[in-house]
Amino acid sequence: MANLLHYFASHLATLRLEFWSLLVGGFATGVMYAMVAIGYTMVYGVLRLINFAHSEVFMSGGFASYFMMRALIGTSTPSGTWSVVLVIIGVLTGGVAGAAIAMLLERIAYRPLRRRNAPKLAYLISAIGASYFLYNLAGKEFGRINESMPSPYINHTVFTIFGAPVQLYYIVIFVVGVIMLITLDRLVATTKLGRSVRAAAQDAETASLMGVNIDRTIVLTFVIGGALAGAAGFLWGLGFTGVGFYMGFTPALKAFTAAVLGGIGNLRGAAIGGLLLGVVESFSVAFVPASYIDVIAFGILVLVLLFRPTGILGERLGRSA
Amino acid sequence: MKALWDNIWTRRLISSLAAMAILAVVTGPPGSNLTPLAGFTGSFAERVSFFGLFKGQRWMVFFVFALVMFAIWWTWVSYGEQIKGALSKTLAAPQAATRRRPVRWGIAIVLIVVAALLPHVVTDPFWQAAMVEQIGVFVLLALGLNVVVGFAGLLDLGFVAFYAVGAYATAWVTGALPLPFLFGGRLDTFWAIPFALALVMLAGILLGTPTLRLRGDYLAIVTLGFGEIVTIFLNNLNGITGGAAGSGKIPYFSLNVGVVKYHWGLGPVPYYYLTLGFVVLFLIVFSLLEHSRVGRAWTAIREDEVAAESVGINPLKYKVMAFAIGAASAGFAGVMTAGQSLYIFPATFTLQLSINILVLVIFGGMGSIMGVLIGAIVIQTASMYLIHTPPAGYQPADLYIYLGALLVVMMIFRPAGLVPSRRRRREIGLAESGEGHMNEVLTGDTP
Repeated sequence: MANLLHYFASHLATLRLEFWSLLVGGFATGVMYAMVAIGYTMVYGVLRLINFAHSEVFMSGGFASYFMMRALIGTSTPSGTWSVVLVIIGVLTGGVAGAAIAMLLERIAYRPLRRRNAPKLAYLISAIGASYFLYNLAGKEFGRINESMPSPYINHTVFTIFGAPVQLYYIVIFVVGVIMLITLDRLVATTKLGRSVRAAAQDAETASLMGVNIDRTIVLTFVIGGALAGAAGFLWGLGFTGVGFYMGFTPALKAFTAAVLGGIGNLRGAAIGGLLLGVVESFSVAFVPASYIDVIAFGILVLVLLFRPTGILGERLGRSA
Repeated sequence: MKALWDNIWTRRLISSLAAMAILAVVTGPPGSNLTPLAGFTGSFAERVSFFGLFKGQRWMVFFVFALVMFAIWWTWVSYGEQIKGALSKTLAAPQAATRRRPVRWGIAIVLIVVAALLPHVVTDPFWQAAMVEQIGVFVLLALGLNVVVGFAGLLDLGFVAFYAVGAYATAWVTGALPLPFLFGGRLDTFWAIPFALALVMLAGILLGTPTLRLRGDYLAIVTLGFGEIVTIFLNNLNGITGGAAGSGKIPYFSLNVGVVKYHWGLGPVPYYYLTLGFVVLFLIVFSLLEHSRVGRAWTAIREDEVAAESVGINPLKYKVMAFAIGAASAGFAGVMTAGQSLYIFPATFTLQLSINILVLVIFGGMGSIMGVLIGAIVIQTASMYLIHTPPAGYQPADLYIYLGALLVVMMIFRPAGLVPSRRRRREIGLAESGEGHMNEVLTGDTP
């Protein structure tokens, strides 16, 4: 017992020392989780199913932007305005690739089943198959190793918060992520397009009677979610783990956890869940060995599903944004 | 132009071309990180020759394939009903015959005799080893997963965890990985069976009791997470599992009960008979179970959980039971693997393996024991063939591209599987026509 207390005391001390830097790092990871979680939540809202292949959408964004960055940067070290332009290009490439793969996925793995009104188990199995197909195909075409992405900027500490260094990488994630998340929120809340998504989520049949093109709306949710996940793939690839065919699995599972944590089907919930999960995971570094970090997220997933399956904000894409 | 696009046959032609383009890329040469486009361009532009009869580029071959596919499609749409009618007419008599009990027993005995003679016909050491390690063991695993996915309708993506528990239990019992609080000495591998059985069923109950309250799609992702957690623990609990290096020095399987003494050695054939024995045992047990009170309860829960509950079936109890019983055969498979290959690593028990087992069940037909048996044998034989004589540019990991594609294709064209269980096919048909409660049951949309 005394040992245990001592263990926690010493780790609490670490936590106090590292609090701000862990918080900053956790927020950065959390923004990326949030961006991926949006895709799960939107598809869930409209189709009531988990898009199991979303991890591969994320991966395809990572790969597309990686090849784009390599073509544009090569061995040079970009700086100044060019860095900003490169980051924007990277986000766009990742987003477009993610959207394209998500669209294809809907077309090939989901639509034939939807036409036939197949049982939900069939969708899930089809999506698992698509996920395996895609990431192993990526492994075959692009090699089964992780590659670090050429950096469009020189990473350095920009400023410090309470002694915690804030790197340029984190600032890029924050700026890109927050802009995309807010744009999405406004898009869904205010535009006609967003209204059709919400209507379809609330009651697809009635919405289609009211003149909403359900097929197009479903494609749209896949495209929007795919674009965000693809952009997140680019941001993730900029980090130290780089880009690889297997890069999607763990982040996507955690993003799903984030979506459930915030309340699946709820856009703001996904954002909050992502940030929360990122921070919790980051703080748990102070308590558990690094190899067990993934257990924390899965543990949270199981606990949330068992005790509060509606998450923090509740399932409600249908009701309002 | 729009009329052309709206024409369903234009779309079907495009679909055929797209499908064959995908097939060309999948079977084409690999690319690499530095040459990301090489795989794609090579898939179409590489020169091929077909026994000297045909010389040309790959795209020509696949273009012809696409036309053939289109022609078959056209034939199927035009004459499909007639073909189906003729088929069912010719198959009606044999099908009716197979429903009679003596005929069934006859078929079963013939199959067992064929299976027993097989290692004397197939003498290639590669295939003899494959029959045990890759086909026999996977048949056991698929039969177990079929209880969970097929009978009870629960999608378990962490099934490999039970396989791992079985294998590690063997290492613990035989003293290869000493657990000081468990046994002082070493026991024969045979004694791992009851221990492994108890341990995996306990694991099934422990994993199942909290997670099986969840509805279908959540269950899939939670079991997937649990599978990963098991792998993480296997990799890191060095004192108990030997860490990433796993365990070596597991003794060969041996039987030492009273006067019955037999020691399985290096060769695969004795293991083949052992596996065959296990497979037959589980085939009998699971067939009996399917039509027992428990099996009927599973069917009821699968088809309509609320209705099942209202007639007094406790869904959680029967779901946990399915988990534990399905896990049992995975535990046997684990003992077999450990007792034959003598070493086990955490890297064996991956998520990919779980999906591999799932493919066997889906391909054969969820809930159909005969289908799962055939599906497992067909797919594992095919994948072993790809390892035995790999086509140019094929890497072992490419197998999962094909398996993934197979899952999608099966779900689109034949969701009930190759040899469907009649009940399962009826359920899917009902769900598709909007009757029945499969949709609600699997997502838990009903309150």
